[in-house]
Amino acid sequence: MPMITIEKVSKWYNPQFQVLKNCTTTVEKGEVVVVCGPSGSGKSTLIKTVNALEPVQEGTIMVDGLNVTTMKKDLPKLRSRVGMVFQHFELFPHLKIVENLCLGQTIVLGRSEDAAQAKAMKMLERVGLTAHAQKYPGQLSGGQQQRVAIARALVMDPICMLFDEPTSALDPEMINEVLDVMVELAKEGMTMMVVTHEMGFAKKVANRVIFMDAGEIVEDAQKDDFFGHPRSDRAQHFLSKILSH
Amino acid sequence: MFSNFDYDVIWRSLPYLFQQGMVFTLTLTAIATVFGLILGTLIAMMRLSSSAVLSGFAVSYVNLMRSLPLVLVIFLFYFLMPYVGQWIIRADQPVQVGAYASTIVTFTLFEAAYFSEIMRAGIQSVPRGQVMAGYAIGLNYREVMRHVVLPQAFRNMLPVIFTQTIVLFQDTSLVYVLSITDFLGAASKVAQRDGRLTEMYLFAALVYFVICFTASFFVKRLQKRISIIR
Amino acid sequence: MNYNWNWGIFWDQTPDATGTYFGSLMSGLQVTILLALCAWFIAFVMGSLIGIMRTLPARWAVFVGNAYIEMFRNIPLLVQLFIWFFVIPELLPGDLGIWIKQLRNGPFIAAMLGLGFYMSSRVAAQITAGINALPKGQRMAGTAIGLTTWQTYRYILLPLAYRIIFPPLTSEFLNTIKNTAPALTIGVLELTARARSMQEFSFQVFEAFSAAAAIYLVLSAVVTIVMRMIEKRLAIPGFSGGK
Repeated sequence: MPMITIEKVSKWYNPQFQVLKNCTTTVEKGEVVVVCGPSGSGKSTLIKTVNALEPVQEGTIMVDGLNVTTMKKDLPKLRSRVGMVFQHFELFPHLKIVENLCLGQTIVLGRSEDAAQAKAMKMLERVGLTAHAQKYPGQLSGGQQQRVAIARALVMDPICMLFDEPTSALDPEMINEVLDVMVELAKEGMTMMVVTHEMGFAKKVANRVIFMDAGEIVEDAQKDDFFGHPRSDRAQHFLSKILSH
Repeated sequence: MFSNFDYDVIWRSLPYLFQQGMVFTLTLTAIATVFGLILGTLIAMMRLSSSAVLSGFAVSYVNLMRSLPLVLVIFLFYFLMPYVGQWIIRADQPVQVGAYASTIVTFTLFEAAYFSEIMRAGIQSVPRGQVMAGYAIGLNYREVMRHVVLPQAFRNMLPVIFTQTIVLFQDTSLVYVLSITDFLGAASKVAQRDGRLTEMYLFAALVYFVICFTASFFVKRLQKRISIIR
Repeated sequence: MNYNWNWGIFWDQTPDATGTYFGSLMSGLQVTILLALCAWFIAFVMGSLIGIMRTLPARWAVFVGNAYIEMFRNIPLLVQLFIWFFVIPELLPGDLGIWIKQLRNGPFIAAMLGLGFYMSSRVAAQITAGINALPKGQRMAGTAIGLTTWQTYRYILLPLAYRIIFPPLTSEFLNTIKNTAPALTIGVLELTARARSMQEFSFQVFEAFSAAAAIYLVLSAVVTIVMRMIEKRLAIPGFSGGK
């Protein structure tokens, strides 16, 4: 059974504007899938439909055997098991770093304050930010904030992770510190769905690459096939644009 | 120009000005702020609710109040309330409500419209991404509101609420039109009686200025202290 | 409620037999509009001056601007109106003061000055905010192509800043209209004053005040619509304002 199944998913923002068109794909357990495509292609929307942050009008999405599209009451429980990392970090600015990491653990998972703290410190150590535990998000650099955001997802013991353009809001010199954490996660066998333009990352750790354009999944191929000889003109065109320098 | 300035008239009327006038001004400000905030929060929640009826009612109420001059509303409620009272307790005659009680109700209802807009703006000032991030770690609507949105909204709102209270404090002087003895009313009565308009009105201006200036100074300091670094 | 409704009251003659109550409300509306426009002129001119001063590099300019705003913002409008009407003429040298007190339009002029300066402090705060909301690079870019400070303001900063603050300025103008009502206390016969005297003479409380309320609602709706149209025409493609 795949970890994530997206089947014939369509979404409209209004009757005139269809943002997702009949999208179908799967992510197997332990697989790393990179989603790329020009801006406005619907890739960010697609990844947000996986944990129902964006509702869809047609199609089904299953996560770990559970139907997300029809789920209502148990949605928070499921979301707590699906880690999500946002383009703009979205750390809670009124909470200290360690409090950011404890909020979900205590409220959603019902862990004790001590257990949550211990887990938080463990994950901060993992992303190399123990020293910043008592600071506020605004006092950290973009790269550090994004690593905290990854740690915030990891403390919930996620069964899979979603990354929505995790490096595109970062200054160039901070991109690698975030990618390093992600590569390590991938090597440990975490199931990951990653929206990104970082083709180096894709080449290094992805199993499959999905190329989207105008709300459609145009290409869905094994990594080597994709970079070797993409079948569609649009994918070729896109690659030539972002790989030319 | 100030050669025949009579400081004594101010000195003589101080107890009257403050013990009667200022006490009512402050009472009215405090009551209208507290109840206006409570009512305003309810209206803001109605406005943000998914029910079209509730939000429609809230929108109309807020827009109506914000389009009318306070002076007109003070008059309208002053004359309206006896009939409303009569209707509520099914009396034979219009109920004597009196200028004081009437202004307290008026200011509460009027300020609630302004406070509700502050509440709404505060809640909406929290970026959508924050709400999504809250949902993404598994919080439900109530928990997202309680732990993510409201703490941030409150920090954004608090200085604005205090500023609005200062505006309200100034606006209470409009009860003058019902001949109520608030601070300005008291000053005006002394001014008319003793023919000392210059002294009394300048003194009133000075008192209002000192209070409002000091209050807004502290609001600015508060704003700096609680603002969130982003 | 045993209230005697009489919506026909508007067509009755007023006690001073100068016309109908409806006519009386309409003349009140005229005064309200005229007073709001005159006061807005003062508020806009003074507000712009002071607002710009607060963004200049000179520290004395910022100080003067701040002091101006604090003074007019921290005293209730009603008290300011009383000072313009009762106090200022007393403080002026003898003959001038007496001349002013005898002016037929005395109340209107005092209200216009009082309301104008009161609102100018709010307008000034908006102008400053608008200029400060522009990216810092705009000012530098102006200087870099050789413009003087004045030219930078005239051709770059102000055209952008006024567009950014157009919506808040619209609501300050609406506030100016509403704030004409307190002028009734110094004898300006504007809309609320007319409604009040209609209520006193005819005893038709609700008809008088709800008619005035309706007129205020229509007035603010019309202003809002007109301002939106102007705002659309002034909009620059691709520039939504602010950082």
